[in-house]
Amino acid sequence: MATVATVRYQRGRGSELALLGLSALITVTARGLVDYHASVLVISQMLWYTVVVVAVLLGIHLALRRWARDADPVIVPAVATLTGMGLAMIRRIDFAWADRGRPTNFGEIQSMWVLVGAGVCVTIIVVLRDYRVLRRFTYTAGVLGLVGLLLPLMPVIGREVNGARIWISLFGRSLQPGEFAKIAFVIFFAGYLQTNRDTLAVTGPKILGIRFPRARDMGPLLVVWVAAIAVQVFEQDLGTSLLLFGIFVGMLYVATRRTSWVVLGVGMFFVGAAFAGTMFPHVRVRYVAWLHALDPDVYSSGQSQQLVGGLFGMASGGLFGTGLGQGRPDLVPYAYSDFIVASLGEELGLTGLLALLMLFVIIVHRAMRTAIGVRDGFGKLMAAGLGFTIALQTFIVVGGVMRVIPLTGLATPFLAYGGSAMIANWIIVALLLRISDQARRPQEVTA
Amino acid sequence: MNEPVRKLSVVVLVMFLALMVAASWIQVIEAGSLNSDARNVRTLYREYGNFRGPFVVDGESVVFSKPVNDPFNFQRTYTDGKLYAAATGYYSIVFGKTALEQTENALLAGTSDALFWNRLRDLFGGREQQGASIELTLRAQLQEVAAKELGDKKGAVVALDPKTGAILAMVTSPTFDPAVLAGHSTQEVNDAYKELNTNPDGPLVNRAIAGDTYPPGSTFKLIVSAAALHAGYTPESTVYAPDSLPLPGSSHAIENYGGESCGKTEQITLEQALTVSCNTAFADLGMTLGWGAIEDKAKEFGWTDTFRVPLVVTPSRLPDDPDDAQVGMSSIGQFDVRATPMQMAMVTAAIANHGRLMTPYLVDTARASDLSIIEQSSPVEYGQPLTSSEASDLTQMMVSVVNDGTGRAARIPGVTVAGKTGTAETGTGSAPHTWFVGFAPAENPVVAVAVIVENGGSLGSEATGGKVAAPIAKAVMEKAIELSKAGK
Repeated sequence: MATVATVRYQRGRGSELALLGLSALITVTARGLVDYHASVLVISQMLWYTVVVVAVLLGIHLALRRWARDADPVIVPAVATLTGMGLAMIRRIDFAWADRGRPTNFGEIQSMWVLVGAGVCVTIIVVLRDYRVLRRFTYTAGVLGLVGLLLPLMPVIGREVNGARIWISLFGRSLQPGEFAKIAFVIFFAGYLQTNRDTLAVTGPKILGIRFPRARDMGPLLVVWVAAIAVQVFEQDLGTSLLLFGIFVGMLYVATRRTSWVVLGVGMFFVGAAFAGTMFPHVRVRYVAWLHALDPDVYSSGQSQQLVGGLFGMASGGLFGTGLGQGRPDLVPYAYSDFIVASLGEELGLTGLLALLMLFVIIVHRAMRTAIGVRDGFGKLMAAGLGFTIALQTFIVVGGVMRVIPLTGLATPFLAYGGSAMIANWIIVALLLRISDQARRPQEVTA
Repeated sequence: MNEPVRKLSVVVLVMFLALMVAASWIQVIEAGSLNSDARNVRTLYREYGNFRGPFVVDGESVVFSKPVNDPFNFQRTYTDGKLYAAATGYYSIVFGKTALEQTENALLAGTSDALFWNRLRDLFGGREQQGASIELTLRAQLQEVAAKELGDKKGAVVALDPKTGAILAMVTSPTFDPAVLAGHSTQEVNDAYKELNTNPDGPLVNRAIAGDTYPPGSTFKLIVSAAALHAGYTPESTVYAPDSLPLPGSSHAIENYGGESCGKTEQITLEQALTVSCNTAFADLGMTLGWGAIEDKAKEFGWTDTFRVPLVVTPSRLPDDPDDAQVGMSSIGQFDVRATPMQMAMVTAAIANHGRLMTPYLVDTARASDLSIIEQSSPVEYGQPLTSSEASDLTQMMVSVVNDGTGRAARIPGVTVAGKTGTAETGTGSAPHTWFVGFAPAENPVVAVAVIVENGGSLGSEATGGKVAAPIAKAVMEKAIELSKAGK
């Protein structure tokens, strides 16, 4: 007797739609509050904004239904909510600056970048039907990553902003190639480690109980790593340097399961950090500002004023915040970019800040679930690497603002002002969605 | 590879847990100390960035917060800063608050408990917290007249409503414009303050209530007269008035102003003695009455008391256990007797108000932003230093001073004016302080005024209270009567 068994499984697209509705509501309400408190609330403009927000979210949703119907249903709503809150806060800072006679339009520019980012995300989902083709470009990605890091050092196009030479200028637009380089490196690490993980893990001389890989296996990795760190030191961008190093160690661990390597890597990092602290004045200043932020001498010398300003802002927000549009986040330099978390903490309070951090935890968690669910090693490494990239980048910048670690300049994913970071992070989202589509797709039953 | 991915997830969780702990630490546990940190400009902005209630004089806002485009949101603005500086004080982001800006801060800032329901309403209505407006008892025109008459002479004018104690005018000279201290440029405010604070003329000092107290000179004879009336004297009682009165136990002798005689004989009436401001007569009367009687009377009028209007008034002083010669000198307002112009205005007002001394006050009404009354001052009796008949005897004597004596410069056509002059020696070399205290109309007083001009103003050593201070008092009284007649 034969029975036809129908296997029901949840794709979650319906849940995604509901969650997207929620994040659209949050996004629109946040902007409404900001406009209301700046006394520029215009209903017709709000309607337009609502239409655009709904159109974008619905567009992504429909694209997923059509081209990646098994993709994770939680990632996009979480990302959309963070992006919406970021847009509202950036717009709010614009109003604060306009109030002080120095009008800016970061909000509008950022809205444009969000549209571009979402567009790129959908394009990748449509074009890249199988992420495994990326493995073919392992070494290309490595080279691209290096080039991306090197570009700002080029004479004509390189730009130095606030002491960090991490920008290039193309067609009148400035671009931060480091944000894209991190994705290239994740692809490179994933491809390379998947090919060589066995040799890396098993062979090689054993010194002091730790098995070291053979030089010829380790070579390409070391080249990329040393080059990346060296370039970052020359560009004086500690945040990206720390990020790349962290991704490298994290993915190496996932590939080889060698805790000893993590210990070694972290140890190497501390040596490097101590070295930088003694060698480079601009690094030492950050250590001092971190450890002695509230010290009157350090404060009055200007080294920790931004950091302490952020703390003051967050403290004034307290448990429930001053309310969106009702605090003074604009008192802190870069309240719309590096310090946007302090701005959000001030106006949304600890409650709002924890909610935002939880969204990051959810995104990273879904990435890790994807890594566990997907069946091929390259996909596992890539999903874990991309998830860890978002986690580490958030930790580095938010931890810097909150004095958990020394302050380094990096863009808070999805929240902070900056076109390169916005597009790069939407690319990560697209890749994660594509891998999760594979991971959650029901296995075809083979007789 | 699933096992290391799970471990990596745990690492990520720990990282975010660290961020959450840090956020809680900053926003809850450390929030108090961060918020009270002196470098936290937010706390300053929160206080200075709120809409602060205005000061209102005669229905017009004379001090108010104007919205501006800087981090403080509001600029404290003074329409006629110098005229009201003594009462309002300043409101500075660098030097804090003084005078009424300080004493009424809770109401102005809207943090007062009295404004609790208004705050709650603002909260639910989504309106910004608004401070109460403070209506002053000062009358703009009296302030203007007093300031104009005082001109650039150093001194002070205090005018009271004798029936209520309301301070109708309080002018001190030289003064300052609070606007220069209320700016938002720390550097400019610092410079302006430094200049004011090092100015030897002391423009930041409110001479009317809190300057160096002055020897009251002959105006103190009102207290001695009151003590005499209390002891059974009448205005017609005779007192001993020689041309020169040797002081017991000293080689010094008291003489009258310019060495003149007080009357045709050495026995004159008490009224005559006050009319010509006879030094020898009052020195002798004081020694006869004894210091205790004078001290008690002075204290009934408020001497040695500290009180608030709500600005703190420096207590006026009396000598400690004086000998006979010192009692003689004290009886003519010299030696260690000191008084604020406010104190002398109170003496005058008590005489004007049938012996009932009303507590002076500067704040009439506090209104919430919706104009509802939060606080309303009602007149409070300070004490009853004179009986009604003693007060009318003293009034009669003071009318004589203005009609026939040293206070003739204060005469107002068609109005009976009561007054007393004072010319207080300030020691060797410098010109005397000149006083005039008085009230008008004598039958139904609407104003009691005290004027002091330091060191005789422009007249120098030739100055007397009659010449220098009386015309200023006259102008103020005239204006007060005019306002009263117009029903304002």
